[in-house]
Amino acid sequence: MSATAAPGLGHALDLSSTSPTPFSRLVRVELRKTWDTRAGLWLLISTAVLTAAVMVIQLSVVVAQDLDVSYNDFLTSTNFSMALLLPVLGILLLTSEWSQRTAMVTFSLEPRRPLIIAAKFLVGIGLAVAAVVIALVLATICNALYGLLSGHEAVWDLGLGNVGGFVLLQVIGMLTGFAFAALLLNSPAAIVLYMVYSFVLPGLFGLGAALIGWFDTIRPWIDFNYAQGPLVDATMTGEDWVHFAVSGFIWLVVPLAIGVARVLRAEVK
Amino acid sequence: MIQVEGLTRKYGTFTAVDNVSFVCQPGRVTGFLGPNGAGKTTTMRVMVGLTPPTSGRVTIGGHLYQDIPNPGRHVGVLLDASAQHAGRTGREILELGARTMGLSSSRIDEMLDLVSLSRAESKRRLRNYSLGMKQRLGIAHALLGDPSVLILDEPANGLDPAGIRWMRGLLKGYAERGGTVLLSSHLLHEVEIIADEMILIGHGRIVAQGDKKSLLAGAAGSGSTFVTALDNRQLSDALAAKGFVVASAGDGLRVETEPVEVGRTAAEHSIVLTDLRAADGGLEDLFLELTSDTQREVVA
Amino acid sequence: MSTTAPGLGHALDLSSTQPTPFLRLVRVELRKSYDTRAGFWLLAVIGFLVLLTEGIVLAVVVTQDQAMTYGDFVAAAAFVTSILLPVLGIMLVTAEWGQRTAMVTFALEPRRPLVFLAKATVGIILTFATIAMALVVGLVCNLLYGALQGPADWEFGWAGFFGFLITQTFAMLGGFALATLFLNTAAAIVVFFVYRWVLPGLIALGAALMDWFGTLAPWIDFQSAQGPLYDMSLDGGEWGHLIVSGFIWLVLPLAIGIWRVLRAEVK
Ligand SMILES: Nc1ncnc2c1ncn2[C@@H]1O[C@H](COP(=O)(O)OP(=O)(O)O)[C@@H](O)[C@H]1O
Ligand SMILES: [Mg+2]
Repeated sequence: MSATAAPGLGHALDLSSTSPTPFSRLVRVELRKTWDTRAGLWLLISTAVLTAAVMVIQLSVVVAQDLDVSYNDFLTSTNFSMALLLPVLGILLLTSEWSQRTAMVTFSLEPRRPLIIAAKFLVGIGLAVAAVVIALVLATICNALYGLLSGHEAVWDLGLGNVGGFVLLQVIGMLTGFAFAALLLNSPAAIVLYMVYSFVLPGLFGLGAALIGWFDTIRPWIDFNYAQGPLVDATMTGEDWVHFAVSGFIWLVVPLAIGVARVLRAEVK
Repeated sequence: MIQVEGLTRKYGTFTAVDNVSFVCQPGRVTGFLGPNGAGKTTTMRVMVGLTPPTSGRVTIGGHLYQDIPNPGRHVGVLLDASAQHAGRTGREILELGARTMGLSSSRIDEMLDLVSLSRAESKRRLRNYSLGMKQRLGIAHALLGDPSVLILDEPANGLDPAGIRWMRGLLKGYAERGGTVLLSSHLLHEVEIIADEMILIGHGRIVAQGDKKSLLAGAAGSGSTFVTALDNRQLSDALAAKGFVVASAGDGLRVETEPVEVGRTAAEHSIVLTDLRAADGGLEDLFLELTSDTQREVVA
Repeated sequence: MSTTAPGLGHALDLSSTQPTPFLRLVRVELRKSYDTRAGFWLLAVIGFLVLLTEGIVLAVVVTQDQAMTYGDFVAAAAFVTSILLPVLGIMLVTAEWGQRTAMVTFALEPRRPLVFLAKATVGIILTFATIAMALVVGLVCNLLYGALQGPADWEFGWAGFFGFLITQTFAMLGGFALATLFLNTAAAIVVFFVYRWVLPGLIALGAALMDWFGTLAPWIDFQSAQGPLYDMSLDGGEWGHLIVSGFIWLVLPLAIGIWRVLRAEVK
């Protein structure tokens, strides 16, 4: 057996000249990870292309059929593509680190795991806001074209309330996906859960409310989709906000908290 | 330097790492040797905070890994070269590492040159890399931040012979400049050539540690010599006359004594030797012996 | 260099080896569907949801005092399984790509279409197993309903049974086909949910707005085309709609996907 001398001070790492990795750098790296793989890039492109396609189809239909629409109609129809794909983006942001096992490298370069999650969270919000900006621009173009092509006057009925509600809607969609992903740490499971939550559950809740009296009274408190309804047309009242907060707590905060606790503890394989 | 103190990691009732303590000194290459499933990777994962220990702790340069700011600049880690996004290019993988550590992109080209990955190869996606190329990329990633401590899990896996020789030189140079190097392997010969210190682990427990010479000194079957002479017969008789045990082995003889005694005898009788060396089986035997109750195959 | 042409003595003797029987491939693929944690949980969740759904339906109808038939119980379960059976179909295909086991699978059975056929067979077997479970659980629930609530109504014709069988199988195969086309779990799941839950609404909207689209819609809307299957009341035109839209949503993606897999470099 070799004598293992007690380590002297000379062997200690000198950390005085290294500063901790700044948070902004982590955010930039996480942002880069969203588009530097073919899958990620295609998801971003699909979101943009689908949004544009939705608008073009809408524009051609309303012009051909001579329908009466306004700026807000154009904007809200993009909700279709964005509410569908932004959450998927939010999910893959987190789960791809697990399925591709890159979490091992990520967490060994930055062991402060909550910071990594926070950086991903921020990237998610940033992408959602960017998507809304693109939607606003596309809607402006479409509405202007509508004014030119159809016999109708273009109606610019855009209020701060609408835009704020729309941004909130998209950010929440993205974060719900993110929360499900944190909870399950598995892409297919999180995507299925999100799709069921956003397409299937509202119908079931509606059915339950129609059949059962007491369920009808608790529904606003537990149905997050339902609670977001007034956001779309900017008619949130005080009570709506309370419903929004409570159901949001159930669907957003709880899974996120459980998920983050799990990630912080997890053995990364 | 790396200090492991009383490290234990259990999975349910199974103990993967059992009260392991050792020290890796700066300026030396420490080889971490053990058969498959001995607990090498688990120990290394605990070092970098990816696996929480059941008990015990590991400090690197006096700090817990979690407490090292920007750890990539101090500790280079390669645990599994395949644990990267298959859809990223090699260059992009280094780019992400460099950005996280706050390094300039020129560092990436330096590292690619160092591990002999060409520009064209670096633009391929990881799923199209061969095992050895992934390994080179992983080593480049570990060296990116110019760390003073290197933790490498089976770095020679998949490398071609030239690559293994290159890596040996690289790590030796690293240690000579004062770096601390810990590398694991399940191949004795690999570690034997490169490591100054060796830690043998079997079944989660350390079975021996020390430098090569002190390990050999304690090993059963040490002090044998292989020798080949122009006239093996004459040499054999001369050695037997001195009371050494001689047996024929291949083209030459195996003598149960130090090479120096064999050389002296040959010189005394003016016998021409064509080969003289210590029978290397000592360490191999030691390795198999020490880990035999943990070996998958029964050692005859 | 002396490279002699290999004589007969050097050839592999294949006379005593049989090709891998298809049944064995199916058994192996069936095993793969539950021997991982993800696969096991998916099957467990499907089974659990069948139980849960019919249980909730029973609780609701008993407490709310509503009339119920055996068919209604089974239909409720069918609604839920039609969400997850396609996911099963998707995972059967994409798990092989996501985990890169395709390399091993195709090395052991180079006749790739057979592997896909085996996987589709497994999907159908698991679909039938799910249906059997829904029928049995429905039976128990209806018995309980009879005991708790008054006479049980066993209304559930053979037409309904076959309709149920076919639509569930189509749902599973829809996921399977999209997965073969995309070879990517996330993409296949997203597209499937759009196709299943969003598209019918859009097609209806388009049909309401535009006449020409209204005439086209039945030929491309596979979901609506399956409607008459529930009571097996298809007339000639409806058969036409079913076949054409089924060709678009099942056969086409499957064909393109398999064509792609046959040519793909498996990594
Ligand atoms: N998460 C885990 N659950 C159960 N057993 C594990 C886990 N991780 C590792 N092991 C077991 O611990 C033992 C040591 O593994 P490892 O450290 O990877 O060995 P090696 O020395 O070959 O690197 C092995 O038997 C392995 O199967
Ligand atoms: Mg290992």
